[in-house]
Amino acid sequence: MKAGIVRFPGSNCDEDAFNAVAETLGQEAVYCWHKDHDLQGADLVILPGGFSYGDYLRPGAIARFSPIMQEVVAFARRGGPVLAICNGFQIACEAGLLPGALLRNSNLRFISAPVQLRVESIATPFTSRYHIGEVITVPIAHGDGRFTADPDVLARIEGAGQVVFRYVNASGDAALSANPNGSLRNIAGIVSAGGNVLGMMPHPERALDPLLGSIGGVALFTSLLDALMTRAGS
Amino acid sequence: MTRYRLSVHIVPRRGILDPQGKAVSDALHSLGFAQVGDVRVGRFLVLDTEAASAEAARESARVMCEKLLANPVTEDYEIAAVEQA
Repeated sequence: MKAGIVRFPGSNCDEDAFNAVAETLGQEAVYCWHKDHDLQGADLVILPGGFSYGDYLRPGAIARFSPIMQEVVAFARRGGPVLAICNGFQIACEAGLLPGALLRNSNLRFISAPVQLRVESIATPFTSRYHIGEVITVPIAHGDGRFTADPDVLARIEGAGQVVFRYVNASGDAALSANPNGSLRNIAGIVSAGGNVLGMMPHPERALDPLLGSIGGVALFTSLLDALMTRAGS
Repeated sequence: MTRYRLSVHIVPRRGILDPQGKAVSDALHSLGFAQVGDVRVGRFLVLDTEAASAEAARESARVMCEKLLANPVTEDYEIAAVEQA
C-alpha cells in the first residue's frame, strides 16, 4: 500500500499522517505537493489537517482549486479511498467530494481536547475493524467544525448510513452536552455516497500511541490497510 | 473594456445558526438596543475588474460568487454595487 499525503501551504498534520502510514502500518507514504498534478501512484490519499491557505475566505475554499485537488477529485471519482481529516474534511466538502459544510464552532472558540466518538457504521473501508456502537477517544483541534447540511441532504446521508462517527458522552449517548462544536445530530464524520471518501473533524492520526493518551485511531488505519490489501488481491 | 468596482455582500443563510451574529445581537441588547432582532455577520468584498458593460460585470460577479466567494450550502450573496472605477 502506498499513501499520498497532500501538502498545502499551511498543512500542519501532514507529518502525523505520514507517521500513521509509515510507522503504525509500516507502509509506504509520500508527500504530494499542492502545485503538482502527480499522486505518485498512491492507492490512498490523505488530506491532512492544518490551515491551508491560512483559511482565507473560508476553510478549504482556496485549497480546493489547487492543481493537486483536480487529481484527488478524479481519484475519488474512480473509487479511490480518500481520508480527509479536519482541514481535509473542510476541503473535501468545498470540493464537492462530501455533502454539507463546516462552520465556525457554535461557541466561537478553537477547541483542542480529546472527545468520545461512537462508531455508527463499520460498512466502510475505514471502519471495518471497529464494532458498531464502539466508543473511541480521539482528539479534536479546530475552530470550524460545526457540520451542517440542508435538511434533505441530512435526511439522505442519515438514511444511507453515511454518518460514520458521532460525538457522544462516556456512556455512548449523542447528548447535546457531548457535542463540542454544535454539529447537526452530533455528526463528527461522514462518508461519501460511494463510501470511499471519509471526512472527519477528529484526528485519528493523533490517537495511535498510548503515550499520547489514546489508541482509538489505530483501527481506522488498519481497516484501510485491510481494504487496500483486499483490493490489491482481488 | 471599462473598469468596474464590484461590491459583494456575503452573509450566513437565514435559518443557519450564526453564533457571531447572535453574540453581536446579545451585546447590542445589553447596550440598550432592545429593538434589534436578528443579526448576521458576513463578509464584504470589493473587487476591481474589467468588463464590456455594467451588466457583464455584474454577471461575472455572480459567477465568482457561485464558484468561490460564497458557499452555496451555507451562505447567501448579494451584488450590492457595480460602479465605474
